[in-house]
Amino acid sequence: MNPFEYQQVDEPATAVDAISRWRGSKFLAGGTNLIDLMKNTVEQPPKLIDINHIPLRGIEQTPDGGVKLGALARNSDTANHPLIRKNYPLLSQAILSGASPQLRNMATNGGNLLQRTRCPYFMDPAFSRCNKRTPGSGCSALEGFHENHAILGASDQCIATHPSDMCVALAALEAKVRVRGPKGERIIAIGDFHRLPGTTPQIDTTLMPDELIVSIDLPPSPYGSHSHYLKIRERTSYAFALVSVAAAIDVDSGWIRGARLALGGVAHKPWRVEAAEAALAGQKLSISLFEQAASRALSGARPRRDNTYKVEMAKRAIIRALTIAGGLA
Amino acid sequence: MTSKKSQKSLVELRINGETIEVAFAPHKTLLEVLREDLALTGTKHGCELGECGTCAVLVDGLPVLSCLVLGLEAEGREVTTIEGMATAAGLHPLQDAFADLGAAQCGYCSPAFLLVAKELLEVNPSPNRDEIREALSGNLCRCTGYIKIYEAVELAAARMRGEAVEPATESIYGFEV
Repeated sequence: MNPFEYQQVDEPATAVDAISRWRGSKFLAGGTNLIDLMKNTVEQPPKLIDINHIPLRGIEQTPDGGVKLGALARNSDTANHPLIRKNYPLLSQAILSGASPQLRNMATNGGNLLQRTRCPYFMDPAFSRCNKRTPGSGCSALEGFHENHAILGASDQCIATHPSDMCVALAALEAKVRVRGPKGERIIAIGDFHRLPGTTPQIDTTLMPDELIVSIDLPPSPYGSHSHYLKIRERTSYAFALVSVAAAIDVDSGWIRGARLALGGVAHKPWRVEAAEAALAGQKLSISLFEQAASRALSGARPRRDNTYKVEMAKRAIIRALTIAGGLA
Repeated sequence: MTSKKSQKSLVELRINGETIEVAFAPHKTLLEVLREDLALTGTKHGCELGECGTCAVLVDGLPVLSCLVLGLEAEGREVTTIEGMATAAGLHPLQDAFADLGAAQCGYCSPAFLLVAKELLEVNPSPNRDEIREALSGNLCRCTGYIKIYEAVELAAARMRGEAVEPATESIYGFEV
């Protein structure tokens, strides 16, 4: 790890001020995806601004019936909170399917949004070519190991996937990310928070370098227990999704009033599939309907040599997740 | 607190109930501070990336990975390492149970398993096998496997609940009935 300066701050304004003054400095929260990247020199911030003492750990009901998740609330506290278990079981399931108990005790909600990809060519500087790590250097994954890479929304510059489970559930739940910068607060819809790689894969999100995430705001959810997070992975602890599905259905006596569907492990961002949601709305619950929605969700898939399996896997995972969410399992 | 690059900071840490002043550079992880500056070598280096769980310690009672926590972040927190698990009265019941059942082979992963299991039994004195499996799922053992470890946690839990239990006579791949 390269040496760095270190500063503790205890309020958002001080944090934003500190990061504005130091180009390339980073906020330190849980550290679970920053300290590791600093050890292998993928990240080399000249300064860490430790934000753990800022009081942003609350999880509270909002007047509209939604819930505000403090950016520094730990993933384990969020997943196990009674309000989340009761009103947003999809989010609990997604968080608990990720990482390991120790990591979830450390990782924060804000940090979860900012996870970097687990593409091996990005994570290991022994590989010289990675457009995300070193813009313009090329992408080794295009012709190399890409079993776990993107089948949707990728570019010829980067085919990495976003690793988070939590964010897939947040996409389905239409969360809003509240951030604070030098000019005050603004709100970013979760669908606009993560980017597709395009020609600038080094930029993961629309968060500005001098902005601090202060909360994740969940609108009221009509889905409740008619939701399911299904994660397919190579082992059941500390493994990232090959494919995951967050499915939520607003059901009224066998009919679908509305549905939300988002996929993980298939794209550079949590991949919400509004076309499939539209195919479900107003229809009667049935497996054949779910099959149509799954086909529609994957209609734009562009797999590569070694990840074609993800297309069929994603379709089946969607059907399975909708079947469980709809109570037809 | 602010620290300059490579310049040591004098920090007051709470380790195993003792207050200790220690000076170290800002880039040192809690794992490195424990082992190198405090000679508490019971906490082990593993993957260094958060994947193996071998460096787990308790911070304010919760299991975390000391390889991904800066030493500076531990200021003002209560840190428990394997060296703090036994008391003047003797070994912790989990330590006894791991020894009784041979729930270790090389022993490298044992300190972390013991601390994670300790926290589990404090929160849930009667965990079922699935709950134990989930609680320990962040810890890798590369030699013994996990059955004996699960059985040792169950034995310790029963003893801590005051139940009169004997170790299973054969426990390699399950209970002897």
